[in-house]
Amino acid sequence: MDRERITKDGRKLKMSLQETKLWESLSEPRGPLASIQLSARESLKSRGMPAASEETWRLTDFQLLESILHLPLSSSASESNCSSVFDMPSPPTEGFRLMLSPGSEPLGLESLPKGFNLLNSEELKEVLGKALEHCGSNEDWSVGLNNSCVDNVLALRVEGIDLPSLELVISGKDGEFSATRVILLVEKNTHLNFLQVLLGAFNSAHSHLIEIHLAENASLNHEWLAFGGGKSSFLSHIAVEQQPKSDYSFTSIQKGWLFSRFEPCLVQVNGQASTKFRGLQIADSNEQIATNSTIRFDGPEGDLDQLHKGIAAGTSHSIFNGCIEVPQPAQRTSAAQLSRNLLLSNRSRVDTKPELKIVADDVRCTHGATVTELQEEQLFYMRSRGIEQIAAANLLLRGYCQEIISSLPMSFDRWKVLEHVLEGLRG
Amino acid sequence: MINSNSELILEISDLHAQVEGQKILNGVDLQIRSGEIHALMGRNGSGKSTLSKVLAGHPAYKVTNGKVLYRGEDLLGFEPEERARLGLFLGFQYPVEIPGVSNIEFLRVSTNSRRKQLGEEELDIFSFEDFVDSRLKLVQMNPSFLERSVNEGFSGGEKKRNEILQMALLEPILSILDETDSGLDIDALRIVAGGVNQLTNQDNATLLITHYQRLLDEIKPDFVHVMSSGRILRTGGSELARELEDSGYEWIENELPKTGES
Repeated sequence: MDRERITKDGRKLKMSLQETKLWESLSEPRGPLASIQLSARESLKSRGMPAASEETWRLTDFQLLESILHLPLSSSASESNCSSVFDMPSPPTEGFRLMLSPGSEPLGLESLPKGFNLLNSEELKEVLGKALEHCGSNEDWSVGLNNSCVDNVLALRVEGIDLPSLELVISGKDGEFSATRVILLVEKNTHLNFLQVLLGAFNSAHSHLIEIHLAENASLNHEWLAFGGGKSSFLSHIAVEQQPKSDYSFTSIQKGWLFSRFEPCLVQVNGQASTKFRGLQIADSNEQIATNSTIRFDGPEGDLDQLHKGIAAGTSHSIFNGCIEVPQPAQRTSAAQLSRNLLLSNRSRVDTKPELKIVADDVRCTHGATVTELQEEQLFYMRSRGIEQIAAANLLLRGYCQEIISSLPMSFDRWKVLEHVLEGLRG
Repeated sequence: MINSNSELILEISDLHAQVEGQKILNGVDLQIRSGEIHALMGRNGSGKSTLSKVLAGHPAYKVTNGKVLYRGEDLLGFEPEERARLGLFLGFQYPVEIPGVSNIEFLRVSTNSRRKQLGEEELDIFSFEDFVDSRLKLVQMNPSFLERSVNEGFSGGEKKRNEILQMALLEPILSILDETDSGLDIDALRIVAGGVNQLTNQDNATLLITHYQRLLDEIKPDFVHVMSSGRILRTGGSELARELEDSGYEWIENELPKTGES
């Protein structure tokens, strides 16, 4: 049963079956985000599904994307169950854990530690969508999809010194499409260690949107573990706005998703801030894992250090699009971006596109990309020391991943990140 | 030290090999017995490094003819890792950097693979630390290099010391040291050579590949071989190296007619 949509310019277009199904499965807008839901749905209907003609969606496997929309939207009545297949460690001793399930109240909110407060409705209204707006992400399809579906938001303000670390675990539901949204305000002179764990399994699909505001002199160490399983899919968008003298260090791991699209967007609103991005994505079997990062400097003297690594095995497809924008006001910006990729089979595929858009004239920006296989000389060197070929390849893989994983002080040991990452991978 | 009754460790007969379709070795013959130190000299491109890679089993090098016996067994039938475990060690001219793999872990895994072959107990992390500590002194190496990634960011001299440290840990029967002296200043050369001298004994043998007399001033060879166009053209004692130092390679190449393929 196909329907028609009216585009912004008044054209009538046919709507796909999957899209029609999605709109039919959505319940009436409700909760504090009702008005946002309404306008997002209208906007998304008029926009339509992403198309290969759009640069950032060019390489997308649309069959996999649309399969997400086959799934019914999650209802609060059913329990999240994707976490059950993971060996969940105890909460951090120096911190606390929140469990966020789509459509229900987060677990653990009743005993928030000192320095952590939920935003009231007025405060929420003030900040909701601000980081998205600054990042220019409001029109993104994946943001629109999340806005259309999510009816609650976990909004936290964090302020103080010597704060416990925050661990936020989010998991999907088998056979359902679920969506969650988070806002995090890190106030002046506050330092926070923040771990997000996003779990998928079975035939689940999840959309996650987080907005982060870093005030002046704030610093945030943000770790992001996105572990899928089965035929799970994941769409995620991060919008970060950084005030001057703030420090944001972000390390992400993605593995195990049949389809994953990850969109970290960041803007240094007045420059003079420091940003560090470390990312590792592993695609195996017939998976498609994509990262589309956008970082913009709207003021002078900002700095960025970005390293993104991809591994493609089996018949998988790993994609990285990394855009750095340095407009006229961003004089004396220093930005470095490197995309390194490893092909583990001759049927896997890597597409990488580091991109610099520089208008300011007094800047130091570098970017680069490599796509390689395991180095024969490195393998031979290890074999010539008595190490079996398979063990040597595994040591090389471990070394390749270690550079990123070593930036995960909160989760490295407790969540056995290295074991998860290397599990099933063969050089 | 030469002793014609000692064990024949390596016997190379009419060895031909190529890489990427290009013939490099054109009939190498060489015998090495335990207790002996051999020096292999020759111009760049004469086939010295190729011979070392072929002996260590580099997969890019293809043997097209000839045979190599290692302690009576067909060396070419073994994988590179098996050759290493049997006691063949190649000290690389350009030791490879392996980012993300800790040097001490690499050394421990390597050492244990050799110990397993020798029927010795494998070392856990703590026992290995004590073991490696005793060997570090041989090459006067700073222990901080153990915590770093294998050879990553090491200077040329540090890389070569790390090679000799591996030699000390693996206790090989035949060590092939490919231009271990290149990139070393005088002090570093003495340290590295001192390490090699302490490791050589009547039960093992060494093949030094070098361009220069200065290494042979520190490690006295029993035999010096001159290689050209993929063959050993002449063999002599340590005086041959001095003649080469004085007169270059041309006189040997002119003196002997070229035979076979080149």
